[in-house]
Amino acid sequence: MKINGQDWHLAPLAAHIWHGDIAPAALADLARAVKEEGGQLVALWGSDDRHLGSGYAIHLTCMTANGLAWVSAPLPEATPAYPDLAAIFPQADRMQRATFDLLGLTAEGAVDRRKWLRHKAWAADEFPLRKDFTAPAGDVEAVDGYPFIRVEGDGVHEIPVGPIHAGTIEPGHFRFSIIGDRILKLEQRLGYTHQGVEKRFEGLDLATGAKLAGRVSGDTHTAFTWAYCMAVEQALGAQVPARALWLRGLFLEIERVANHLGDLGYLGNDVALTFGFMQFWRLKEDWLRLCGELFGHRYLFDRILPGGVAADLDEAGRRRLADLSHRIEGEVRELKAVYDEHATLQDRFAHTGIVKPDLAARLGLTGLAGRASAQAWDARAQFPQAPYDQLEVNMATARKGDVLARAEVRFAEVFESLRLIRDILERLPGGDLSAPLPSVARVCQGLGWVEGWRGEVLVAVRIGADGRLDRVHPHDPSWQNWPLLEVGVLGNIVPDFPLINKSFNLSYSGQDL
Amino acid sequence: MATHLILQKIFKTGIVSEPPPAADPALRTREQELHEEILKVFGQAVAIRHVDAGSCNGCELEIHALNGPHYNIEGLGVKFAASPRHVDVLLVTGPVSRNLETALKRTFDATPEPKWVVAMGDCAAGCGSVGAMFGPNYASCGKISNVIPVDVEVPGCPPTPIALLQGILAAVSGGR
Repeated sequence: MKINGQDWHLAPLAAHIWHGDIAPAALADLARAVKEEGGQLVALWGSDDRHLGSGYAIHLTCMTANGLAWVSAPLPEATPAYPDLAAIFPQADRMQRATFDLLGLTAEGAVDRRKWLRHKAWAADEFPLRKDFTAPAGDVEAVDGYPFIRVEGDGVHEIPVGPIHAGTIEPGHFRFSIIGDRILKLEQRLGYTHQGVEKRFEGLDLATGAKLAGRVSGDTHTAFTWAYCMAVEQALGAQVPARALWLRGLFLEIERVANHLGDLGYLGNDVALTFGFMQFWRLKEDWLRLCGELFGHRYLFDRILPGGVAADLDEAGRRRLADLSHRIEGEVRELKAVYDEHATLQDRFAHTGIVKPDLAARLGLTGLAGRASAQAWDARAQFPQAPYDQLEVNMATARKGDVLARAEVRFAEVFESLRLIRDILERLPGGDLSAPLPSVARVCQGLGWVEGWRGEVLVAVRIGADGRLDRVHPHDPSWQNWPLLEVGVLGNIVPDFPLINKSFNLSYSGQDL
Repeated sequence: MATHLILQKIFKTGIVSEPPPAADPALRTREQELHEEILKVFGQAVAIRHVDAGSCNGCELEIHALNGPHYNIEGLGVKFAASPRHVDVLLVTGPVSRNLETALKRTFDATPEPKWVVAMGDCAAGCGSVGAMFGPNYASCGKISNVIPVDVEVPGCPPTPIALLQGILAAVSGGR
């Protein structure tokens, strides 16, 4: 596979997904090649490979012009270190810090060496993802310190918010430095919902692993479960029946519509347009109820399994889903007319929380928020996996990068997903819902890649020779986008923070793991 | 112009709110002393503080749904409040991550007596295969009752809005 004209000797794993080993010293060269070509770093994680006869490894995936490049660099057991990549791709910073907290792999030359996922549940010299880690026995300290960056000067003061927030949202800490009502600096401290998910994967059977993958971030259940199953199936060389793949596509678009409807409602709510909240949540509830009736779960939890799917759709169900998607499309058009016409809403949305395209490119803004800042990446359109290779997805983009642009992209994606759903319903092939998985003979690995509603979701899976999960790394696009929220709020007033935050709607649990 | 469109849509939509379900006393895990007496004083209005103690955000989706028009939770006298000092009920989701253990305990302590705790979801209740998957480990204390006293546990992954409502009503209805 060529990146920026140079061959990196990566082998194809699946359509648009490449993998290869690389020397640690070459990582920075590779990252620079990706950057020069206009690509982005997507995910970075580590693994303990000592039980496989080597030391540790650092893994990197990058979006390139030719698809997703996944490289693994072996690191020696005695000095597990690799060159800092955050200087090239700033989005690597928190991933590198988390990789140190969990595995003790050091990014040499990194500027920010503060802990990230580790608070106080384990000590600085303990690394939970090392295979020989044993859970600390004693109680942990009650209070955990963290060196926030202070802003000083006349009239500057701090507002600490969280970890427990005032609304029904996930926990995290936001440290605002403000002057008057203007935000001079926002610093996030996340990791509060760290559940040790990656450790929990170790030793699970493949079916249970799918359940756990779906609970990395509940609102992205389908994307994570599908990415996990894609990785497992790729590792084992399993063939998934066409009907199952098309139903997975259907589920993914259903999930996108449900989340976008909810967000559009909350965006109205955050500018005191309760009407918008009530209307969109009425539509979302109708949507969820039909899913519950047709597929047995309002959010389609556990409907995707390794090898296929666990829910089918009959002719009557097909009609009901098509009818509801028609009705919702019509109603969303009516509501969009209200949002377009509503002076207060437009005033609050426009020019608020701006991330300009050049900054978005430099810092790696991705997914829905990226597309609202002219970062035109959508795996469904550019690097389609089945069934998207047979569906023509129209990517939604905007250039202004403000709250309004992120709302506009959501509207466009709701309409496009509803169109895709009807297309899938019409063309849904017959056949089996699942196929048995080949048995596991040796250690094998795979990488799943799904464009979830928030952005690209990756799951890397390594299966041991015993057929059980050895190492699983789920990656949520919130990793890249959280730091952009810090930048997007600068110069805005504090009362606009909830609105800007909602317009990104990032996952805490997806990045806290 | 927008006002006209809004009014038109409101009239066309009509009222979608549905009658509430009955309380489900079977979800109670604990009877507090003076429960009946307190409830007489309480009347019918309840304030709730939601605390995510480490959930996957699946349960939060259904809490949001409760605020939608079908369930009309505020019409039942139930209101979500921003501070634990203003509430009667803590609605807690997730297995308790060790990184949030202190914050959860402090939230509980900050809630004035009398108070009830509703643990929402399989992880919070420590039940089912999902509860088992999210048991205690190096990063997690497991179910909510491992950290603070719990009055009602609502199973489900996530529990439906109806089940959640039955649980909330069970906590505060005293069998009425």
